[in-house]
Amino acid sequence: MSAPADVGHVRAGVLPAEGSRLRWALTDAATLTGRYLAHLRHQPAELAGAIGFPILLVLMFAFLLGGMMAVPGGGDYRQALLPGLFTMTMLFGLSATMVAVVTDAQRGITDRFRSMPMAPSAVLVGRAAADMVTSAITLGALLLVGLAVGWRPSGGPAAFVAAVGLLLLLRFALLWVGIYLGLLVRSPGAVTAVQTLEFPFGFLSGLFVAPATMPLVVGAVAEWNPLSSTAAATRALFGNPGWGGDSWVAQHPVLMAVVWPLVIVAVFAPLSVHRYREMSR
Amino acid sequence: MTPAVTAEAIRKRYPGSGALALDGFDLSVPPGTVHGLLGPNGAGKTTAIRILTTLLRADSGRATIAGFDVGTQAAHVRRQIGLVGQYAAVDEILDGRRNLVMFGRLFHLSPAGARSRADELLERFGLTGAAGRSVGRYSGGMRRRLDLAVSMILAPAVLFLDEPTTGLDPRGRAEVWDAVRALVAGGTTVLLTTQYLDEADQLADRISVLAHMGEVGGRVIAEGTPDELRSRVGGDRIDLVVHHPADLPAAAGLVRRVTGSEPEVDAATRRVAAPVGDRMAALAAMVHGLREEGIDAEDLTVRRPTLDEVFLQLTGAPTVEVAA
Repeated sequence: MSAPADVGHVRAGVLPAEGSRLRWALTDAATLTGRYLAHLRHQPAELAGAIGFPILLVLMFAFLLGGMMAVPGGGDYRQALLPGLFTMTMLFGLSATMVAVVTDAQRGITDRFRSMPMAPSAVLVGRAAADMVTSAITLGALLLVGLAVGWRPSGGPAAFVAAVGLLLLLRFALLWVGIYLGLLVRSPGAVTAVQTLEFPFGFLSGLFVAPATMPLVVGAVAEWNPLSSTAAATRALFGNPGWGGDSWVAQHPVLMAVVWPLVIVAVFAPLSVHRYREMSR
Repeated sequence: MTPAVTAEAIRKRYPGSGALALDGFDLSVPPGTVHGLLGPNGAGKTTAIRILTTLLRADSGRATIAGFDVGTQAAHVRRQIGLVGQYAAVDEILDGRRNLVMFGRLFHLSPAGARSRADELLERFGLTGAAGRSVGRYSGGMRRRLDLAVSMILAPAVLFLDEPTTGLDPRGRAEVWDAVRALVAGGTTVLLTTQYLDEADQLADRISVLAHMGEVGGRVIAEGTPDELRSRVGGDRIDLVVHHPADLPAAAGLVRRVTGSEPEVDAATRRVAAPVGDRMAALAAMVHGLREEGIDAEDLTVRRPTLDEVFLQLTGAPTVEVAA
């Protein structure tokens, strides 16, 4: 019997049986998802920033740059623009994930988790789940802003849901890249570098202009950019005008918008788990 | 009885670094004791802690926690240990109570169990009043206490404290020391690193002095109780401070007769000091002699050498704080 305010006589090892490992991995992941979501409630400004920046981009592209842009083969540029901006927003999530991972590592919280009898996957899955919630909120807000500035999806409800699913699938893939890079780097300076590189990576694609208008080699690279497939696929599903293109990858946007994220997850999720286990070893 | 912590001939070189961080590190800590790892920055203290807590893999050598091998039985080791690193590893955004409940859940307490354990620990560590406040607004000492409370959720068999009071003010340090003493009273074994000699003196039953010596990487250069380490630099010293500078020659003569060795005389501080063999006899003779000769003494002490003096002797370096 222990007194209520007892700091505790040694009782290490009083832990659940090995058999319930999977259940505990899921419980741990859920506990950590709850932690990250509690952060959102305590820091609403951060979420507002994550939503506000892409909204600003929508307004800039729609009202400042969009007037000069033309869609090859005709069509309203704004209708083609919004799916590109939705995709770009999924890309920005990469550095958001990375910031959270680097912050935990720097504060010693990651080390504490690693010294505890927890499933290694739980920390990463918890992070991933919370970031997906944040991204879904952000994307929802952005869809509404799109509608407010005159974007009109016309592909029907099923295609609409499929398009949103493809955007979130891309986000899910990129967050594993963010987790991996966050575990790899040691300084916040590296996060700034990644944030800066997101822009050229986003522009070297079919998000905002047709790759056909780019120099030959650059255009080919842009067509094979995974972001281009997601943007082209969502344009098709939303019933918005797109750039088209003769290359194989441009002809199969929906297929590639599924394949690319799966390839990225297949590479970066195991890398992340390995890195988490072997961190600073 | 199985030692709580053992390490045998641990070697570790960080990739890309020339020197060995640890070069033949040995340690054995009996259960229920506090062991201090003392040494300057870069001596390998944190490396040793990271290896023992399964965060870092040793290049060679063997280490166990409660009989479990840190390399091959890491999962078992993690069930035995608590770790308080150099940074208070608690969630800055959440409040104190939510931190404890969250970590309690991660230690697989039931939701109700995690909540009641959180309240117990808040009470025990004097944080009940701050339970609902975001940890970002805690003082350094409060944050450390919360950190300790988190590591005590399961009352681990072995608790690792890596420089637990670095950066704290004297009051914060005293708070942490009290908390550590309470944990030890519950049966927890503590392995503590510090660069503060007085901290090792206050808390540790035994001390390992860790240092880089010349070409050799970090290893234990001396081990023992604080008293044993002190006796390495000779015995006690007698210190006499007189009121009137005119009494200094007579005082020096008295100390010479009592101790049988030539005293050091410092006119500026009116101090006479000399090493002494039998401390009690010397003290009695000094009191008697002072009265006999009518010397007005301001202060008379027989003291052990400080750990600063020990460290100086062992490493040839100045005090640890200065070396760091």
